[in-house]
This record gives sequence, C-alpha cells and structure tokens, in this order.
Amino acid sequence: MELVNVEQLQKHLNEFANEDIYIHLETTNGSYASHFDEKVFNAGAFIRNVMLRYELGKVAGEAPHRIGLKLPHGWVYAQGITHFELDEHGRLIMAGHDYSGKLAVALQISKTPFTY
Amino acid sequence: MTLPMERHVLVVFPHPDDEAFGVSGTIATYIKQGVPVTYACLTLGEMGRNLGNPPFATRETLPHVRKEELLASVKAMGVTDLRMMGLRDKTIEFEDDEKMIEMMENLIKDTNPSLIITFYPNYAVHPDHDATARAVIRAVRRMSVENRPTIYALAFANNSIEFLGEPDVVHNIEGSKEEKMGSLRAHISQTSWMLEEMEKRLADGEPEDENWLHFERFYTYDFNKDFE
Repeated sequence: MELVNVEQLQKHLNEFANEDIYIHLETTNGSYASHFDEKVFNAGAFIRNVMLRYELGKVAGEAPHRIGLKLPHGWVYAQGITHFELDEHGRLIMAGHDYSGKLAVALQISKTPFTY
Repeated sequence: MTLPMERHVLVVFPHPDDEAFGVSGTIATYIKQGVPVTYACLTLGEMGRNLGNPPFATRETLPHVRKEELLASVKAMGVTDLRMMGLRDKTIEFEDDEKMIEMMENLIKDTNPSLIITFYPNYAVHPDHDATARAVIRAVRRMSVENRPTIYALAFANNSIEFLGEPDVVHNIEGSKEEKMGSLRAHISQTSWMLEEMEKRLADGEPEDENWLHFERFYTYDFNKDFE
C-alpha cells in the first residue's frame, strides 16, 4: 500500500469505469469501541462482492481523500482514503488508515469476486 | 500449578489471538500434562483493524498474515490439533443458528471432550465471541446431563463481575508464562501495541501487575443459571 497519488489513483478508477465490477466497502470504529469508551456510539457498515457498474469514478479533496463512484441510478462513496494499491490480482485496494494504524474505511474494486 | 486431569480439552474461539490473552497458559499447561487439546478457530480474523500505518497488510492479505500467526501461536503452545472452521470474521451471529449448533456438535462428537473452553455468552463484548459461546452452550445443553462436558467460560465485559460474581476457576499459569508470551508474540500484528506498553511499564520499574501472565480465570458454566 502506498499513500494516495491522486493522478495514479484517478487513472486506475478510470480503467474500471463502465465495467461490471465487484465492490467491497466497509467502515467501522471497531467492535470494542464502546467497551473501551461507553460514550462511543458503535457503528459500521459492510458490503462485499456486490456487483455494479459505474460511469464515473473520482478522487476528490486533499488527503485523506474522498472517492465517489457515480452509477446509472445511484452512488457509492468513501471518505478518509489514505492508501491505495493495484494488487497482484489486478484489484484496486483503497483504504483509510487512522493515525494509530487502524483501518477506518476500505473501498475495493475487482473484476472478479473477492474471496468469501 | 498442576491442573486437574482431563480426557480431552476442546477450545472454541472465533478469532486467531482470542486464545492468546486468556487461555494460552492453560492450554500449554494441559499439553505439558499430556492432555490432548483441540483448538477450533472459527475465522481468520479477516476484519481485524490493525493494518498499520504505514500499512503492513490490506484487507485482502490480512487473513494470510493471521493464519501464519495462528499456526505460530499453536506451535508456541504445543497444540497439534488445530481446526480452522472457515467462517468470516464479524459474521458469526448472522449465520444460521442451527448450523452453528451442528458445527459444535460435530466438534464435540469428534473430540469427546471432558472440558470445553469458550466465551461466556453475553459477557464477551465482541458479537462473534457471544455468538460462538451461544452455539457451544446450546450444543452442550442438548446432551444428556451425565454426558455433558464441563464448560469453562471467559467473560470480560465491564459488567461481568457485577452480574456473574468472581470467576470460580483460577489457574496459576506462571509455569507456562513462556508459552503464553510465545502465543502473544505469535499474534504480533494484533498484540504489538499491547506488548510494547507492557515492556515499557516493566522498564519503568512498575511491579509485575501483568496479572494475566500469572493467572487465567474462568466461570464454570452453570446450566441452572442458563443464559436463555
């Protein structure tokens, strides 16, 4: 994983546009958040291997970045993306790692399904 | 401390590293006493959040990292029967309840344990911990009373002592401290922050308050005070 290079990441997003792709999207503050601090409201969301097609993908803002995908009838976006890589399987892995090294958000795009 | 002998000990947890903190000393002690131990680990901790900054893994590579760590931990404790059950982290409570009970029944049938170690339902904080414990308790509840293995349950929710009282089983595992440290070190992607903090405290001359390196505590599950 490397720090987001806007130009490179934008190029990758363009390459997946108008293709059937599988999405992994998650955001979380961790299962232990309200165990360690009762004032924390524990929330998160997770989808994996939902197939969709986007017509426009965009990197926005200064780091940590926002990534938005415009679909024919809707949207996908993630906020807080710090790192990215095109992995050995040609999957675009994007993630937001907080200051303590914990994953806060992940957005991944692949032409083949992610494992289970 | 010598632990009472068991025919077979079955340990059931959802995540690699769940065994390290609360049970690895007990497991190592049983192994040294010649008691066979089976560790069934339901997931590979795929959803772990410690990925580092700069990152050492991605969401997709983390399971590979954690599988290696699990194998190293098992080796450190001396366990030779590890079962990786192939579920996905954070999804256990959403699996079919009956399927989960069957999984536990099959493990029990296969290993014929006199003792099962798992979490205490509703007092184990993480939804996967509670779901795993529910499945184990339900499977054992279906057995005839005289055939039921003993269950040692781990509780660490903030209200555990308030509602359950003090744990009735306390193992002094000082004799297996090395194995326990070995298990904790094996799961370095998950434990590094904790080990660093501990070493700093010791270096600062604080007394050995690392209680959990000396003692492991369990509740003997009592079906007369069943959770459901």
